[in-house]
Amino acid sequence: MSTYLIKDVELVNGEKVDIGIVDGFISELSKKTVNTYANLLDGSGCVALPGLVDLHTHLREPGREDAETVLTGTRAAARGGYTAVFAMANTDPVADTAGVVEQVVRLGKEAGWCEVFAVGAVTKDLAGETLAELGAMAHSAAQVRVFSDDGKCVSDSQMMRRALEYVRQFDGVIAQHAQDPKLTVNAQMNEGVVSAKLGLSGWPAVAEEAVIARDVLLASHVKSRLHICHVSTAGSVDIIRWAKSRGIDVTAEVTPHHLLLSDELVESYDPKFKVNPPLRSNEDIAALRIGLADGTIDIVATDHAPHPAEDKECEWAGAANGMIGLETALSVVQKTMVDTGLLNWSQVADRMSITPAKIGRATGQGIELAIGAPANITIYDPNKSRVVVAEEQISKSKNTPFTGITLPGEVRHVFYKGKPTMISTKMVTR
Amino acid sequence: MTPEKLIELPRHLLSIGDLNHNQALLILDTAEELARISDAPIKKLPTLRGRTIVNLFFEDSTRTRISFEAAAKRLSADVINFSAKGSSVSKGESLKDTALTLQAMGADAVVLRHPESGAANRLAGWTNGVVINAGDGTHEHPTQALLDAFTIRRHLGSVGSDLEGKHIAIVGDVLHSRVARSNVLLLNLLGAKITLVAPPTLIPVGVESWPVNISYNIDEVLPEVDAVMMLRVQSERMKNSFFPSTREYSRLFGLNLDRMNLLPKGALILHPGPMNRGLEISAECADSVQSVILEQVANGVSVRMAVLYLLLGGNIGVGA
Repeated sequence: MSTYLIKDVELVNGEKVDIGIVDGFISELSKKTVNTYANLLDGSGCVALPGLVDLHTHLREPGREDAETVLTGTRAAARGGYTAVFAMANTDPVADTAGVVEQVVRLGKEAGWCEVFAVGAVTKDLAGETLAELGAMAHSAAQVRVFSDDGKCVSDSQMMRRALEYVRQFDGVIAQHAQDPKLTVNAQMNEGVVSAKLGLSGWPAVAEEAVIARDVLLASHVKSRLHICHVSTAGSVDIIRWAKSRGIDVTAEVTPHHLLLSDELVESYDPKFKVNPPLRSNEDIAALRIGLADGTIDIVATDHAPHPAEDKECEWAGAANGMIGLETALSVVQKTMVDTGLLNWSQVADRMSITPAKIGRATGQGIELAIGAPANITIYDPNKSRVVVAEEQISKSKNTPFTGITLPGEVRHVFYKGKPTMISTKMVTR
Repeated sequence: MTPEKLIELPRHLLSIGDLNHNQALLILDTAEELARISDAPIKKLPTLRGRTIVNLFFEDSTRTRISFEAAAKRLSADVINFSAKGSSVSKGESLKDTALTLQAMGADAVVLRHPESGAANRLAGWTNGVVINAGDGTHEHPTQALLDAFTIRRHLGSVGSDLEGKHIAIVGDVLHSRVARSNVLLLNLLGAKITLVAPPTLIPVGVESWPVNISYNIDEVLPEVDAVMMLRVQSERMKNSFFPSTREYSRLFGLNLDRMNLLPKGALILHPGPMNRGLEISAECADSVQSVILEQVANGVSVRMAVLYLLLGGNIGVGA
């Protein structure tokens, strides 16, 4: 097996070290003077993070291989510094059986760019009517622990209660896409000053907040684990903060795009800014950043949602919801949270690797760098910067909202289970 | 003909928000001049000869299409009517492909009516031609606002002037009204005071950023206005609980004979059409001497002539 030594890299605590990698594990974490490693890599100017873990990725396979596949999506993930992703269940067919979740995990293993965990659907066909075979998925080879109807809300209160209770037997968590369907019929964008001007029907903050309020109370009542997907409003942050203060077992994620972009961008009517939940106001952005900094929001998750060009090259209302984000997530977090002084690198490691792995029960991922730990490592140079170009994204789809924006940082090397997926900013060739 | 060389218009007319005060006045003043042609025995100018204007209508609107068609023809342009029924949301040829097709055929201008907000903005990004928004979803309908202001000014103002100090009430389904959005922007640009009257369900969240007053009581507003603009109310809104019944809507917000008597002498009654007689406006009001509803239709042609003339660089026509 090849051995690697990453020279002169900074740990999140500021300590300068060389990181040695042997047989898939970290063998060295101190300044080396004598080299015994086959491959030397330059880590100077970089910070070393445990490989990033994305709890919310749409890989689109099976069903929409025109938008993304497990192979292309995990490759994009590796480029963004990820060593694990959770593949959302809203594929076609829906990941609501052991067969589909096992297929997704197997495709991930074959691709080899990062670890793929499957998210199982909460209800059959995401229809909200009957529970999917949650136990079968949990006990399958895919070992599913995260269940979500993401894209749709488990809006029926009794169904949500039962799902929360049921998954407790295998330590599962329900990841809720919080959206009251009746309050968001044909909703096109955040309801507020901009929607009033543009004549686009509104997606009110209350449609998210009301569901979160109900669900934290349900989670409290049945003493189960609840995770809230893509929190987007200031009110949601307040409710989750209150729930945590009461000891309710709730975790929450925010997406990079909700940390950076506001609904004013919709004035262009360019559907690259169309996403669900929608881009919100600047006040919401400020509250989300504070929530992520103080731990109310536990993690950053990308909600990477690839769509082919034709699904975005149309009028706003006809366009698909969603943005890709795996390749830009860490840079957006640096821009919005680190460069603003809200998070240090140790906290970034927590929000983007350690805690998401914990929530998803991703064994072997999200482990702090230490001798003997699995070599899932992201070496990141925060001093670089780049202008985002859609066509340069290696995801199969190019629907990034960050086109033309200057983002800081650059992923330099990525190791997944001791093997490099990216070396010196270049994807490893296979 | 007009001093348009001093004032440049934006490339497209997508929103009243694209215009400044001088540009809006230029369109109104140009329309006044062109209106005189409508009174002449031969209603035709050679100005846009050889130019091709496409009326691209994804939504039925016979009156708007005919108005644009008449305007274009009076300027001697070639007119192609392209009626693509049903929204492109329901698949079929995409708006983009339609735009590229029209461009390949050499359209100099596209007049677009579309059921989705922002469609004209999108179209403008895909074509080299001039795009004129003839109504996009619940967003805007700029030429309707221009013809409304033109009509109001003919009665309450004069050529070259704006509507400073005039008080206009807009009554009805503001939430879903592209006419209201364009009118709020234009009337404000022209210095008028605006009061929106509607049940709270039909006023958009976020309206606090608009330069308007809000009232839920039409009877209190009518005695103070110089003109009242009644908006079309679609009875299907009732199904979504925007109001309990058309009868109740009519009782609380409809313009009827009793309410018409609250208007000051000389105050105007406008309606963008088509009217629901008996719902938002009674027949007596629609047909009263104070009603300028038919004038609006006639003025629509002059205003659209002015827009086409100015956006297509009509000044070349004189010697061409």
